[in-house]
Parts: sequence; structure tokens; C-alpha cells
Amino acid sequence: MSNSILVVGGGFSGITAALEAAEVGYEVFIVEKGPYLGGRVAQLNKYFPKLCPPSCGLEIQFQRIKKNPNVKFFTLAEVTSVSGSAGNYTVKVKIKPRYVGPAGADLHELAQELSADVPNPFEFGLSNRKALYMDVPFAFPYRYVLDRDKLTRDDENLLAKSIYLDLNDTEREIELTVGSIVLATGWKPYDVTNLSNLGAGSVADCISNMQMERLAAASGPTGGQIVRPSDGKAPKSVAFVQCAGSRDQNHLNYCSYICCMASLKQARYVREQYPDAKVTIFYIDLRTPERYQKFAQVTLADDGITAVKGKVAAVEQGAGQVLVTVEDAVRGAKYQQGFDLVVLATGMQPSLAGEKTPFGAMVDEDGFVIAGAEQGIFAAGCAKKPLDVMKSAQSATGAALKAIQTVRGR
Amino acid sequence: MAEKIGVYFDKSSIGPYFDYDELVEFVESKFGGLCPAVKAHPLLAGEDGRKMIQQDLDDGVIDSVLVCGATPRVDWEFYKFGNDVLVDRVNLREHCVLSYMEPDGSVPELTEDTPELLLALAKDYISMGVTKLQKCKIPHPEEIASSETILVLGGGWTGLTAALDASKAGHPVVVVEKAAELGGYAAKMFKSTPLTYPHNTAQDSGIEAKIAAVQADENIKVFTSATLVQLKGAPGTYEAVLSGGETLKVGAVVLATGWVPQSTDVLKPLGYGSSPAIVTTLELEEMAKRGELKAGAKVAFVLNTESCVGPEAFQKLEKCDEEAPAEAAKPAAEGEEEEAYVHEDLETSRHLPYASAVNTMVVLKQAGYVADNGGIAYVFYDHMIVPGIHERFYKAAQDKLGVMMTKAAIAGIEPDGDGVLVKAADTLIGEDLEVKVDLVVLPTGMVPATAKDPVMNFEYRQGPAFPDLDLFDGFADSNYICFPYETRRTGVYAAGAIRQPMMLDAAEDDAAGAALKAIQCLESINRGVSVHPRSGDNSYPVFNFVRCTQCKRCTEECPFGALDDDEKGTPLPNPTRCRRCGTCMGACPERVISFDTYNIDQIGSMIKQIHVPENMDTDGPRVLILACENDAYPALDMAAQRGHHWSPYVRILPVRCLGSVNAIWVADAMSKGMDGVMLLGCKYGDDYQCHFVKGSEICNRRKTNIAETLERLGVEPDRVEQYEIAIDEYDKVPVLIEEFLAMIMEKGPNPFKGY
Repeated sequence: MSNSILVVGGGFSGITAALEAAEVGYEVFIVEKGPYLGGRVAQLNKYFPKLCPPSCGLEIQFQRIKKNPNVKFFTLAEVTSVSGSAGNYTVKVKIKPRYVGPAGADLHELAQELSADVPNPFEFGLSNRKALYMDVPFAFPYRYVLDRDKLTRDDENLLAKSIYLDLNDTEREIELTVGSIVLATGWKPYDVTNLSNLGAGSVADCISNMQMERLAAASGPTGGQIVRPSDGKAPKSVAFVQCAGSRDQNHLNYCSYICCMASLKQARYVREQYPDAKVTIFYIDLRTPERYQKFAQVTLADDGITAVKGKVAAVEQGAGQVLVTVEDAVRGAKYQQGFDLVVLATGMQPSLAGEKTPFGAMVDEDGFVIAGAEQGIFAAGCAKKPLDVMKSAQSATGAALKAIQTVRGR
Repeated sequence: MAEKIGVYFDKSSIGPYFDYDELVEFVESKFGGLCPAVKAHPLLAGEDGRKMIQQDLDDGVIDSVLVCGATPRVDWEFYKFGNDVLVDRVNLREHCVLSYMEPDGSVPELTEDTPELLLALAKDYISMGVTKLQKCKIPHPEEIASSETILVLGGGWTGLTAALDASKAGHPVVVVEKAAELGGYAAKMFKSTPLTYPHNTAQDSGIEAKIAAVQADENIKVFTSATLVQLKGAPGTYEAVLSGGETLKVGAVVLATGWVPQSTDVLKPLGYGSSPAIVTTLELEEMAKRGELKAGAKVAFVLNTESCVGPEAFQKLEKCDEEAPAEAAKPAAEGEEEEAYVHEDLETSRHLPYASAVNTMVVLKQAGYVADNGGIAYVFYDHMIVPGIHERFYKAAQDKLGVMMTKAAIAGIEPDGDGVLVKAADTLIGEDLEVKVDLVVLPTGMVPATAKDPVMNFEYRQGPAFPDLDLFDGFADSNYICFPYETRRTGVYAAGAIRQPMMLDAAEDDAAGAALKAIQCLESINRGVSVHPRSGDNSYPVFNFVRCTQCKRCTEECPFGALDDDEKGTPLPNPTRCRRCGTCMGACPERVISFDTYNIDQIGSMIKQIHVPENMDTDGPRVLILACENDAYPALDMAAQRGHHWSPYVRILPVRCLGSVNAIWVADAMSKGMDGVMLLGCKYGDDYQCHFVKGSEICNRRKTNIAETLERLGVEPDRVEQYEIAIDEYDKVPVLIEEFLAMIMEKGPNPFKGY
């Protein structure tokens, strides 16, 4: 029997669930697949509706983790097997080598000496990085990580000399005993290249909303300058294509919750940076629920932002511009319009979609967790349904209570 | 009290740019017996380094640890030596080595030949670090015997769920419900919108079962037809006085008093009141529950609210600026008759669109009632707001026979004989539409109970209600994004429609979360530590009442209403209401408030450690930066890590929050001859980012007084300036420093220099 709690996923939901339980007094283990905590939130430039930096919220959480001995976390770690039952689970966790020693020594210069550049998934392909990297702003843990497979022979020889790295570091497995499990596995951006008609992957100046977050972020590939990937020029007109994959039974058979607010927010990024730029948002419905109405109304009061009810049928490369074909739902007309930059409001897909998990089959046809409570397994955040950050934090706090109810007194 | 401080240099973080023997010698000769162990280690943040420090502790050579190396924000896990060992850090990497540049702006290639100004910088920071520890004590938190009972206000869906959740987690619960029966609006519903997978059908809410479960739970005590007339005391030891006269001891509160329907006046432009056949969704729900829906009825549902609430309702009202609400909120001055509290009614037209998603879902559900009853439902909308998983309910409604939905502009709603004529334009079918229906259903605005009434009736110095409710249109909220459930009163956690209009599925999650926060608050009290955001902090403000002049500043400025006062105005601290921001400490002109780990003398003494050369022309100015440790400090770290540099003449001193900055520190710096002070804190105003809500705003107000004082003394007031810095403005902060330094260079030395 154990009264410890396992949290799978170290994004905002996972961190929140872990901290909320730990601050009640329970021991919590976070298992995170990537090299850093923070998840998708670390990639965001601003939160809606306050337009405040997500790294601020993460920093508070990281401070809480540092101060709380009840929270233990593992990065580059994955749960490989789960056995037992509520109150008494044995969990095996595989931890990949980081190759970098524990101290926060500054390896920036060493990394720069490496010859090879590799694509940077954190920046969604908008820039490259070295195989020795720390690409997350305000990284936690503040520690480099080595993508060993991407090293050239020369680079390997160079790194072998450093006292801060251990190229012989190996994968290890640990075993945890826990009473309850919180699944906070989060989401991934829907792969829009599945939507070949919308130009993603083939039209250079047609980007995803997550790419837009990185372009607008001071820590991003352009230092926060929103420019066209093709020529680095400032866009004078920007189109947002809503429901790129969402609300479509051939792709995501639900609404992704965040995209309308995200596009309104990104429209504000554009307008703030380029007071003369024009923004057009093509939507089916503008879903700005509840108190977000205020943000929507204030944003749409800007003459430079136009919202058009219409479904985008095609996005193609034109001469120096991106051509958007729209079926205007109100006027009933189909027309084509050119823009300097097109942003696809891509939806969120649960990370567990299409994945085999060691937790048993508890997901619905879209990959959202729908069962498990009986077994002391609870979902938090976007593993459960599409949510924004605020509602993820809320959901995670609730999941922490459910986990505590399960392990209490054991 | 730190009396034997071990000082350790981590060469791996700082690099080979210092002569460590020289630094060791500097500390030994300056601090002597205060620092009995001073050592440099090639890789301190590792097993070996840790062991070395532990050995010195075990041998009794030292009682506290000062690590000089990277920013305190990294490698923290190595420097934990138990609760009885004070540990602090000196940031020689980000604030010295990485950010160093010459006064002329050039960035030298650093070698072992340390530039003189870099050495001076490091020595100042080390001296400040030693002094900080010297002035620190290990806090011994007060132990409070707290009540384990959770008070749940509101016996509706959210309150009942919270009660069951808290009980299941082992806590006694008291539910207080205003109405005679439990169940709230959920009990008045015919059916609920989808609660579970597959999220596509209306279902029974199960409220009866919930009520029965609460009534059967021996751990839960229910008071109906009752309200909270007074909440006295502090979290852990609250006394709740109910309208029936009962007095209960409770530890924390879940606020789940929900919503009241908005006045239907707002619906007049849509014809409400002109015919009994025009009703709200709330009224239709009650009809359905009573079985009064006519079979085969034609019903039009109108979700468009633009004619009731235009965009102008969201533009900033100019009136606000004129009224200066701060004045109105001020408590009566001494001698004046204390005016009775009047709760401002915060209901606005905006409460209608704030319930947009709830109303859309409810309309889809009710359209189903009509169709299932053999009728025809017409749904007119501008935006079909069914976000997230609820899309599935919309899809199911689209496939339902007897439900017709179209985007439209409403051109008119007029009584017509025994029915109502609805005229719609710009529909998706491309033409205008007129339908005569038996009933028109309009949305229901949801107004949080706290917009109408204090609800909590706190017996607090700062009044019976939550402060600044107007910022959130009456919703009980204090942050909006990162700290759900938190209110401006520690120990009270809001859940359900009191925070944000929501449906039963979301409210159920919300109830669990708020119950957890209430439990966590009690557990924190039992351990003598603070709740979020300084979770785990075991220090608390200590008052030296002998010198208190009863000026009331601390009681008025505390963002959380932690301090009451007696008849004379002497503050009465309530440690469990406190979030340890230090705003009271910053407010106190007599400097009688302190924390064991953070106090006026400590920071003042650190400032005194800064070496200020007498001649600014030859040795440069000195500028103090008081930086908020939550956002500005990490931004400075990040700036350095990104290769930004700043003047070697500035000295950065982290503070808990700008609210904790006492004017005496600025005076200390200026009288010492420093040439300027920069205050770096969070954004304030309506979209504040201050973790303690008011700290940076209060600091800005105090700054005005400081400026006046400086002016009287003949010092230019702009030598002290406050800047709003978000954590991601790391590329901007070096520019601000450069501009400030340029201004100081132009002004010349502080006239007090040398006195």
C-alpha cells in the first residue's frame, strides 16, 4: 500500500496536480517525457485574456517545486509498465540518459562549438539548434541535454573532453510504488499536413498557430519579430483560418476550445507590432465563452481586425502572396483573397491519440481519457478534454483531490 | 541567527575570471570570525561539493551556508541541508560575469585578469550576501490548533459536490444554504446538458442522489434557510455566525453561492415583457420541469444578444476615471462616524454575454425538449458557442428531427395574436425569414451572488466583502488564469458560477478543486506555513508594537486584509490570513514590522555594504536596483543568459514584491550617496500581474511620496524611478538600465554624496 501519487506528464496540468497534492502533504512523482518541465505552455508567448507571459506562471510553479521536498520529478522519463490496483501500484519508469552532469554549469559556448545544426522541434522547425541544447526559455531544470544521435564524430570528440558531460551515461529503469495515478499527458498540435488543401507544409508563409506563438515570443527564432518565413519581411496583411482540422469528422471530431481565443490574441500580437497591418479572421463560429467575451469584444473593436464568417476551402501559393479561397457563409459567395501571411488555427489532439499506453484502454475514439476513476487513475487537463490553461489548472486541482481521496490513510 | 557563515565559490558556474584566492582573502579579512570557512571548489554543485559543505556543518565550523556562483534559481537541489541551516546564494554568474561590460559599453573578452570594476561588483555582492545571512533567523512558526471543518456556502450542485468531496477526503463539512431546500438551480432543471462521455445527450443531473448522499453523510451537517451573517477570525480558527444564531468553528470556506438571474430588463430590445409568450431559458426550464411544455409547440430560441448588449458595453467607461473609486473605498478617518457598509450592485448588461456558452448549451438542450415533445424548435444565433467537447452535443442537435438552426440577425420579435412573430435576416439559407411561433425563448444572464451582496460578511478591518470585485464584474476571483479558486481573502476558495458562468460538468470539477484548496489551506496552517504563492514559507510578520504609532497604513494596504486593528488603531495580526508578501513591512513608517528571513534592517544593511566611491566623475555612479524576485529578477537572469550586458555601476537587490519596499531603503541608498534607485516590479492596473495583486501598485503610490521628500531635500525626484517589467521582457530590461544610467550621468552626482 502506498499513499504516494504518480503524475504522468510535466506540463502545466501535471505540475499543478503534483503541487496541489504535495502542498496538502503527499509525496508526488512527476514523470515527464521531455528534458524539461512546462510542456506546451513553455512554448506560448502570452496567455489570453490578460496577455501576460506564461513563463511567469511557470516560474511560480517551479519555485513551489524547489521549495517542496514532497515533489520529485524525472525528465526524459517514460512509464513502461503499471501493475497492481488502486492504492498499490508498481510503476516502472525508463529514464533516458541526459549525458550532462548535474551542475548548472554554463555550456553555451561549448554547444556553440559543435559543428552540426539539427532541426529544433521546440520551434516547430522555424530554426535549428545544436545537439547539445537548452532551448526552453527559463528552462527547468536549468540544465543542458544532449541529443547524442545527432553528434558528428568530431563533435563527439570535442564533448568527450568536457568535465560537465558523461558520454557513457546510460538508460536506467526505476520502480515506484504509488497509490494513485494522475494522467496529465496533454496534447499535441494536430498535424495539419493532413489538410493538404490548407497549404501547411507546402506554402512557406502559411504557418500554424503554434508557430505563430514562437514567432511572436521574445525567446523565439526571430526574437519576437513576426515576419514571413519565406523572406523575413513584415506582413501587411494576415489571415487566420479557424478550425484547421477541428470540428471536422475527417480530422478532429470536436472543437479544440482554444483556437478562437488564440487567434484573437495573435491578432493583437500582429496589430501591436504593426499598427498598419490588417488582420482577417475566417471562422465558422467565434467561440469565446463566458468571461472571454470581454476580450473578444475589446479585440474586435479594433478597426484593423475583421472577422468573417466563412469556411476556408483552400490555401495556395500566389505571386508573392498566399491565396485564400473562402466560402462566405453570410453573403453566400465564394472568393479568393491574397494575404502576406496565413495562420492556420490548428486544433489540439490528445497526446494519447493513437498511442499504446501502459495504463490500459481508457480513451475514447479521439484519444481522450474517459475512464479509470474506479482504478484510482484520474485524468487532468487536455488528456481529458480540450481546455485552456486556466481550466487545465482547475481540472488538475480537482484531479489532485481525487488522487488524495484514493490514497488517503493508506 | 547566522553566526558562522560558510562561504563557498563554485568555479564551475563562475569560470576562471576571478583570482579565487583573492576573493577568499577578501571575505576572510573583511568578515573574520563571521565567516570561518571560505573555500572555492571546481564543481561545487555536485556530490563532492555538497559533501565538503556538509562536513563543515557536521564539524560545527559553520552554521549557515552562502554559495557564490550561478543564480539562486538553478542548482537549488544541491544546497539543502535541512530546516535548521540557513542557505543563501550570491549571483556571481548572471549578475557579474555574464552581464559585465565596461562603463563605455564595450564588452571585454574576460580572462583571468579580472577588470577592476568586475572585482568591485563581485565584492559588493558577496558582502551583501554575507550581511543578508547575518541578519536572517530561522523562523519558528506559531502552531495553531485549527478546525478541520470546511464551511461550504451554497447547497446547489457545486456546494453539494464540494461537501461530498471534502468529506471523502476526511474533513467534517458544514453546508449553509439560503433556500429551504438543497439543490439550487440544478434541482429546478428538467435535464442537464451532457455530463459524461459521449457528451451528446441531455441527461438527468443526478442532483437528487447528490442531495441524498449529503444528507446521509454523517460528516456533513446541513443548515437550510440559513445565511452566513458574520465570518470572524482567520483561516483555521474562523467563527461563522449563521442567521439562525448558530456559531460554528470552521477552518476554511468553499464559496459556492452561485448566481442569480440577471434582471430581464436587459432583454427588452428582444421583446421581453411585451408578451407572456416571450420567456427566458430559466423560465422555460421550469415549465419543462413542471411538464407544462405544450405538445407540438413551435418555439423560437434566440441567442443573439447584440441588440441588448452592444460592443460599447465593453469599452472602458470614462466615468471610472472621474470617480476615483479609491477615495470612496477609504475607511473613515479618526473621529469621523464610521459609515455603514453599502455593497455596490455590480450587475451589468455584460452578464448576459458572459453566460454565452451556458445559454447556447441550454438552448440546444431545450430545443431537444421541444422536438421530443413533437414540436419544432428554431434556434437563431450569431455564434454557436459550444466550445471543446460540447461540439458533440451540437452535432447531435443538428441531426435531431424538429430542430432547425441558423445564424441570423434578429430583425424583430413582435407579439402576434396568440403567438409571437420572429423576423430574422441574413440567415445561412440566404434569405430573410419570418416565423410565427407559440413561444420565444431568450437567454438568461447569470449574475454572481457576490455582485449583489457581500455574501461572506467578513468581520475584517477592510470590510465585509471581497475587495476590487468591480475589476471582475462581481465575480469572486483574484487572478483569472494562474490561481483558480483563489480570492482576495486567504482561506476562502470560490467554485462554480460565483467565479465564472459554467455548466454542471465544469462545476463538478470546480468543486473538487476548491475543496482541495480549502483542505490545503488547513494543512498549511497546521504546519505553520503560508499558502500559495509563497507556499511553504514558514516566516510571518512580527510586530514590535512598542514603536507603533497607530497610523493604520499596514492595515489599510494589506492586499489580503490580514490585519485588523483595535480601537486605538494598533494592528492585530492574523498570521493565517497572511501570504507573506511584506506589503505591511513596506508600508510601516516606523519600521516595526519584520520577518525572520526578510526585514528592514537586513535590506538596509545590505545596501550599506555597497561601496560608493566619493568621486562619480572618476569612479562612476552607483545605482541600486530593487528587483521583484518573482518576475524582474528572473528577467535579469535571462537577459544575462541571452548575452545582454549592463553597467557595472548597478547593484541588484531582490525583494519579495515591490509592495514590501520600505521608503527607508531608498533613503538609505540616497543618503549613502548612491546616485539613483530603480524599482523593477510587475505590471499593475486592471490586468495586473503582481502575484500579491497590489504590491507594485502600492509601491508606485509610495514612490510619489518619496519623490516629494527628495524634492524637498533638493534631490531630483527622477533619481528614483519605478518600471513595470514582465518576466519575458528580458531584452528590454538592459535598455532601461542603460537609459537610466545615461540620465544619471547627465545629472551628475547625488548632491548628498560624501556627506
